[in-house]
Amino acid sequence: MTMTATNPETPAKGRSLWDDARDRLLANRAAVASMIVLAAITLISILGPILSPHEFDTVYRDYVKVPASLEAYPRAEQVEPTFLSVMKRARLTVESYERDGDEVVAKVTSRREIDPRTTRYIDRSDLFKNAALTDMSEDKKSATMRADINYMHFYFGTDANGRDMMTRTFIAGRVSLTIGLLATIVAISIGVLYGATSGYLGGRVDQMMMRVVDILYSLPFIFFVIMLVVFFGRNFILMFIAVGAVEWLDMARIVRGQTLTIKRQEYVQAAEAMGVADGGIVRRHIIPNTLGPVVVYMTLLVPKVILLESFLSFLGLGIQEPMTSWGVLISEGARNLQGAAWMLIFPSIFLTSTLFALNFIGDGLRDALDPKDR
Amino acid sequence: MHRYVLSRLLGAIPTLFLIVTISFFLIRIAPGGPFDLERPLEAKVMENLNKIYHLDEPLWNQYLLYLKSIAQLDFGPSFYFRDFTINELFAQSLPISMQLGLSALCLALVVGGTLGVFAALRQNRPTDYTVMAAATLGVTIPNFVVAPILTLILGVWLGWLPVGGWNGGAFVNVILPVVTLALPQVAVVARLTRGSMIEALRSNHVRTARAYGLTNYMVIVVHALRGAILPVVSYLGPAAAALLTGSVVIETIFGIPGIGRYFVQGALNRDYTLVMGTVVVVACFVILFNLVVDLLYALLDPRVRYD
Repeated sequence: MTMTATNPETPAKGRSLWDDARDRLLANRAAVASMIVLAAITLISILGPILSPHEFDTVYRDYVKVPASLEAYPRAEQVEPTFLSVMKRARLTVESYERDGDEVVAKVTSRREIDPRTTRYIDRSDLFKNAALTDMSEDKKSATMRADINYMHFYFGTDANGRDMMTRTFIAGRVSLTIGLLATIVAISIGVLYGATSGYLGGRVDQMMMRVVDILYSLPFIFFVIMLVVFFGRNFILMFIAVGAVEWLDMARIVRGQTLTIKRQEYVQAAEAMGVADGGIVRRHIIPNTLGPVVVYMTLLVPKVILLESFLSFLGLGIQEPMTSWGVLISEGARNLQGAAWMLIFPSIFLTSTLFALNFIGDGLRDALDPKDR
Repeated sequence: MHRYVLSRLLGAIPTLFLIVTISFFLIRIAPGGPFDLERPLEAKVMENLNKIYHLDEPLWNQYLLYLKSIAQLDFGPSFYFRDFTINELFAQSLPISMQLGLSALCLALVVGGTLGVFAALRQNRPTDYTVMAAATLGVTIPNFVVAPILTLILGVWLGWLPVGGWNGGAFVNVILPVVTLALPQVAVVARLTRGSMIEALRSNHVRTARAYGLTNYMVIVVHALRGAILPVVSYLGPAAAALLTGSVVIETIFGIPGIGRYFVQGALNRDYTLVMGTVVVVACFVILFNLVVDLLYALLDPRVRYD
């Protein structure tokens, strides 16, 4: 046996259980990858709409349901027919049409004098910009119309109203993630407080409090949710605070069970012997020690709430237009599945990978925090 | 045993009573009424309608009237489906939902259980990882995404199965809804079975069984699985209640005349009796299946006894 030299000045730093848990979590490759994916999706959802060249509610009437593509729109074969139809709307006769790189040049004539404001007809189209009339003839009945082609990218395609799917998917991510987080925080706060109080006080109070939970349990959940929609219909933030207020039942049960074991531990008895008040013991000793399962349950509750929101949106009870969420986008995509599959695919990828990542993080946390594996 | 069942069933009555009370007053607080239309009805018409449905009486009286009729198992007339009573509506739709739900339940149990056992026997090997990844996928993809995709592939592109409709419960019409309904349950059952099976395979009684020289099949199916199925059974109680009382999403997508849709329709149209009826039916199913689960527990685990 060898003696290890220890320096009495600096005692060896102890490893807390949280340190161990963190190390175990970081060693779990699936969990780490999921955390990266989740962080990326969150970041994209926050920054994407700011960086995107399109607004989430801008309607491009010339680009309804265009497929997702890395190439820029308009397509080559799209330019001439659109230009000609715009000219027709402007009541100008096109004598010659020529495409010169990124510019369209056309000789136009009219029976009446050409108003210089007719360029607006072209600018109003989504395909062209910087329209200008040049070489106006003496009688103002013929001129040359020039316009630049306005290139745009729709990497995720556009929806049935001609709105950019990419920006909408990102905006939807903001909404869905916010809702998931908000409702979860509400549910966790109520559940932890309720469960810890019930478990710690025990006896008849515990019985009463748990009986309330049992009764709320047997009320059909969807009935509750639909009633909440009926009450808070127009305000989805308020609604999801309410949903959180319904989702706390499981949490209360889990925390109560934990509390029952924790309150028999020596350190709680020590605190009692020292005369710490009940509230202090619950806050200082019980709740911090239940956090392990709470964190695990939280990562599983967020996807549950996101799914619930999607489900409500699917029924048409969720977010109102033009705001959107992944659930709304998916239900729209499901309706347009034939012929516009990209409307379903992209939001589905985002929703599914978020849920996937959260599930794996939850599993990883459970493994990391499970005392059995130590 | 009989006394236990009887006492549990009697104990359900106060619970049901509370559920009826809470939901009765909840739906009445909701703004709007069953006869609110885009164009308001004439005052006289409204008055008569309210009279027929006892809506003009004080809420307290209405509540007592409802309790009385429900004690006689009469759920009252529907406000929205004018020519039907709730009992008639349920008599048509509940068997359909139950048939779908029961099929999905069996499918989930057989497929999910088998997958879970296989994954547990090959723990931390490629089979295990594949099954578990598929199970996670099954849990995370919502059924309103799965349903249209399956319909598109099997119904539209390949043309093997009808896209929707009930058609008197013909086999081909049932396949897609049952599969979509079962998929998330398959995933959960597989995960649960795998977890508890791994634990069971390490336990003493399984080691003893192996030491006695029983065949692998006997050890796994008779000794390990019997204990490992317990968490699945307790999960399946509430899940079965939810499955058998219909799914709004599946019934909407596949156009199936089940009971699931009535919840949403009833609540949105303020069809008080319809909502109350569905609440009571769902609550009864939940209570019943929780009892079944507890009895199954006693059957599977000899240490559990109800005397």
